[in-house]
Amino acid sequence: MIPEATFKIWRTHPGGGGTFQSFRTKVSEGMVVLDVVHRIQAEQAPDLAVRWNCKAGKCGSCSAEINGNPRLMCMTRLSELNLWEPVTVEPMRTFPPIKDLVTDVSWNFRVKKGIAKFAPRPADAPDGTWRMAQRDIDRVQEFRKCIECFLCQDVCHVLRDHAKHEEFIGPRVLTYAAALEMHPLDTADRIPAMKAQHGIGYCNITKCCTKVCPEHIRITDNAIIPLKERVVSRYYDPVTRLLRVFKS
Amino acid sequence: MDVIPVTITSRGLGSTARRDVWWATPLAIFVGLSLFIVYATWAAFQNAHYTYGPYLSPFYSPELFGDSPHAWLGPKPAWIPAWVPFSPALLILPFPGLFRVTCYYYRGAYYKSFWADPPACAVGEPRGSYWGEGSFPLVLQNVHRYFMWIAVGFLFILTYDVWLALWFTDAATGATRFGIGLGTILLAVNVVLLTGYTLGCHVMRHIVGGAHDEVSKHPVCDRAYACSSALNARHQLYAWLSLFSVAFADVYVRLCSMGIWTDLRIL
Ligand code: SF4
Ligand code: SF4
Ligand code: FES
Ligand code: FES
Repeated sequence: MIPEATFKIWRTHPGGGGTFQSFRTKVSEGMVVLDVVHRIQAEQAPDLAVRWNCKAGKCGSCSAEINGNPRLMCMTRLSELNLWEPVTVEPMRTFPPIKDLVTDVSWNFRVKKGIAKFAPRPADAPDGTWRMAQRDIDRVQEFRKCIECFLCQDVCHVLRDHAKHEEFIGPRVLTYAAALEMHPLDTADRIPAMKAQHGIGYCNITKCCTKVCPEHIRITDNAIIPLKERVVSRYYDPVTRLLRVFKS
Repeated sequence: MDVIPVTITSRGLGSTARRDVWWATPLAIFVGLSLFIVYATWAAFQNAHYTYGPYLSPFYSPELFGDSPHAWLGPKPAWIPAWVPFSPALLILPFPGLFRVTCYYYRGAYYKSFWADPPACAVGEPRGSYWGEGSFPLVLQNVHRYFMWIAVGFLFILTYDVWLALWFTDAATGATRFGIGLGTILLAVNVVLLTGYTLGCHVMRHIVGGAHDEVSKHPVCDRAYACSSALNARHQLYAWLSLFSVAFADVYVRLCSMGIWTDLRIL
């Protein structure tokens, strides 16, 4: 490994906007990008702002764009990068900047509140407990691996390039909604809201969210498309609509 | 929804900080799909060299009207005006064609490769406006489930073609006897791959069990959902393999029929 490398890190200006600042720093075997940012912070730029917590890919705080790819800084090893060229480190571009690498992701939490809460059916047993099959709960367990890093929200072009924040809740919140909607005990109906307020129709299944997810959740295939299919059955398929009329 | 506005700096087509060859995959998909579309269209208009012995090209199956012994209802009917381009493939190919066009995998792939929406992940787009699949015209993609049922029908027909491809007529005696040629195997592999593709369809997965939150309570659905999900995990792979196999089966029958290639008889 080369002993020194250059990192171009995004610095915001007090008046708004920002530019890249280049740092030359020592690197060694086994380091991740977050280590480099910490070293630069310690040795060259004590005012460099970065958000992090666990350094283990589990808290979802250190999301950034490394060489243009949305990644967790703590899970991106230097050995994966070409250190002969400067490595760029930028904040997530889909959220309002706060300072340097830190962005304001609070929009995600507000949007999440708009999803109807978990509404379990009455308890199955007199002692107030429920019974469910492991494989039914496994299906939603996949979605619960989410660490809320919001990299999927960052890369989704509906938010990133088209700024549909008001009409589209994005892949992370769709995954959250899927975890509740497909839960074996849940009784709430989120399908009308999926189509109307939550804008699931905006997703054009291009799977960038799935590609960047550090938890390897198959967001598009397992959460979004099954929800889309439920919306189709409810609103667009004349046969299932007719069947429902007969049933009721 | 209570929203903080995000200032999106408009990024033009292809603008990105990515350093990898992000354009390679969309370009490969563009080339692959374009080649298929051009070849399939050309082959469909030929109206010739689509059968050889007991083989029938999958592009021409079912042959509703046509001049080969495979035709279900005899030759081209007189009521089709002479100026209308006719071939047995043109009558049926739109159905599997639209099944693929509306497939979730292909949609995602061609929105990127053909429409640059986005060109690749975290790469700037050429247009600022965006409607998605929630409004006209793309809302029509939801017709996919109907094409899926038609595609299931085609699977039965193509399986029957494999059965027919097992019975060779001796040119000298006129007797029919069981046999296996390389063509039989290609047609069979094609059906297997198409079955893998169709049964792993997202709509199939939804209909056979995905629509239930407690699929374990419906034993038949439970098994079917597990099988469909397993195929669905490789849907992209099956989409490409079956696209290739269907075109290759046509090429093979065509080359045999034109006398360029001699069918290999195994049995
Ligand atoms: S698949 Fe849908 S939600 Fe995921 S990044 Fe693409 S458009 Fe966004
Ligand atoms: S779904 Fe994946 S990418 Fe999206 S916020 Fe959760 S962990 Fe991050
Ligand atoms: S610091 Fe927790 S995920 Fe990177
Ligand atoms: S989703 Fe690909 S065939 Fe239905």
